[in-house]
Amino acid sequence: MAKPGFTVAHLPGFATIAVGVFVCLYLPIITLVVYSFNGGSSIAVWQEFSFRWYSVAWGNEAVKDATVRSLVIALSASAIATVLATFAALGTTRRAPYRGQTFIYVMINQPLMVPEIVTAVALLIIFASIKVATGYHGLGYLIAAHSAFCIPFAYLPIRARLEGMDTVMETAAADLYASAWQTFRYVTLPLLAPGIAAGAMLAFVISLDDVVITEFVKSGGQDTLPTYMLGQLRRAVTPEVNAISSALLALTVALLTAFFLLTRKRD
Amino acid sequence: MSLAEERQRKTSARNGWLLSAPALILLTLAASGPLLVVLVYSFLEKGQYGNVLWDFSTDGWTGILFSRDIFDDTLKLADAHLTIFWRSVKLSFLTTIITFLLGFPTAWFIATRTPAHRAIWLFLITIPFWTNLLIRTFAIGEILRSEGLINTALIRLGIIDQPIQMLYNDGAVLVGMAYVYLPLMVLPLYSAIERFDMRLLEAGYDLFASRMQVLRHIILPIVKPGIIAGSILVFVPSLGAYVTPRILGGGKNMMIGNFIELQFGQGRNWPLGAALSMTLLVVVTVALLFYVRTLGKGGSGGGHG
Repeated sequence: MAKPGFTVAHLPGFATIAVGVFVCLYLPIITLVVYSFNGGSSIAVWQEFSFRWYSVAWGNEAVKDATVRSLVIALSASAIATVLATFAALGTTRRAPYRGQTFIYVMINQPLMVPEIVTAVALLIIFASIKVATGYHGLGYLIAAHSAFCIPFAYLPIRARLEGMDTVMETAAADLYASAWQTFRYVTLPLLAPGIAAGAMLAFVISLDDVVITEFVKSGGQDTLPTYMLGQLRRAVTPEVNAISSALLALTVALLTAFFLLTRKRD
Repeated sequence: MSLAEERQRKTSARNGWLLSAPALILLTLAASGPLLVVLVYSFLEKGQYGNVLWDFSTDGWTGILFSRDIFDDTLKLADAHLTIFWRSVKLSFLTTIITFLLGFPTAWFIATRTPAHRAIWLFLITIPFWTNLLIRTFAIGEILRSEGLINTALIRLGIIDQPIQMLYNDGAVLVGMAYVYLPLMVLPLYSAIERFDMRLLEAGYDLFASRMQVLRHIILPIVKPGIIAGSILVFVPSLGAYVTPRILGGGKNMMIGNFIELQFGQGRNWPLGAALSMTLLVVVTVALLFYVRTLGKGGSGGGHG
């Protein structure tokens, strides 16, 4: 007979380690956020509660530029990636297996497998030649690169949603003489919408967070928020970086919460 | 198969390709295609001020292991390069072990909660997973800094009077990588453990197995696919890490990713950088193929990613 209180799934020390892990996981992030409200210039000695560093960051032209650029790139890239991923998801689900389907999967998921630094170097090489040849130095390169690596992140939730949808509704619509476009517009698309929204959000977060590829592809004066921060970290750090990080963090957490609410299984 | 069915099948396949085409074109232009250019560049002559000269050369590839003596032009083993490779492999390996030792109990803990609580703990693991890697690296760096939380606390408590230099060494990079990649280990382990049949443990205990025996002979073998999945998901990005070693390692403690960048910056040796990138890509691809094969064979475990 087992000792009283004996549960089979219990392994001694595991819960302690787990709780320790959660504390270690969150302590640095919480410290970062707390010190973004520090009135002093230290990231470890607390002086007083203040929004000083938020207003410093807000008044900093470089930060403002980088924020706008980050948002423009993330919005364009996630929009492009989501549209392309939606088409690709429609093309790779709910139809009889066909030749080359595996190839399409591998191509779409390729950005998840290749180390970022390798893609970054590859794009640096190719875009450098194009920049010389065409003289164009705009944001187009960053948007193209971001759109490409965002595709798998947009694709996966959309595909997951599609796989859970059967074709009964579409068949019913077709039986009622709806055209292919009407069926898509009034049946498939509304059913697919939560998946598309989830995919767009992930793509947006991924684009917003990118450092490595952006760092290599950007032309002079094209800092995004993360590459601006990377540059700042080389110098003496003030809580201004904490303030920027916290703002970015808040945005990410908000989007993730929305993502989970969207993809949560309905009872 | 009737003729009509055959035709329908063909249309369906053609539509599949057509719908996927726009994504494939963009990916070819801005993701896969450029990799081929890197391969080509690795076989070219280096230009004096960066970029390349269009002459065939294998210097990029030999440059990975050997350096040419500037005086007598002989090849000798490049110790500095070997140090960087060794550091990358060693730190990635240690990161994998540390994340496993911490991640396994964590995943077990989450999987053995009640379903309602499980979702919350999982969400708590997922948030850092999706949070900007740069921010997380910066956060752990702030803790380790000379004027950071640990040193300040130790000085206030009177334990030390000079801050301990914890940043800018291999240890800092290791702590940082373990910190940022931990969720990648926990998630696949969790999905393997969640499917684990706890009745097997009862059977084990009924047969007088000790806890250690149960862990070694029942739990670990069954969740092995999850362990392999987690290990590869941690090892692969660790090997290609760029941001974490750059911020926490300082300039001197480079890993392969930083070494590659150096060749395209101050090093002005694009062919060497290209050859290094290709090498990294091959190593990572081999690891991932191993991962896919294990999952294919093992069946269960590691549904993540």
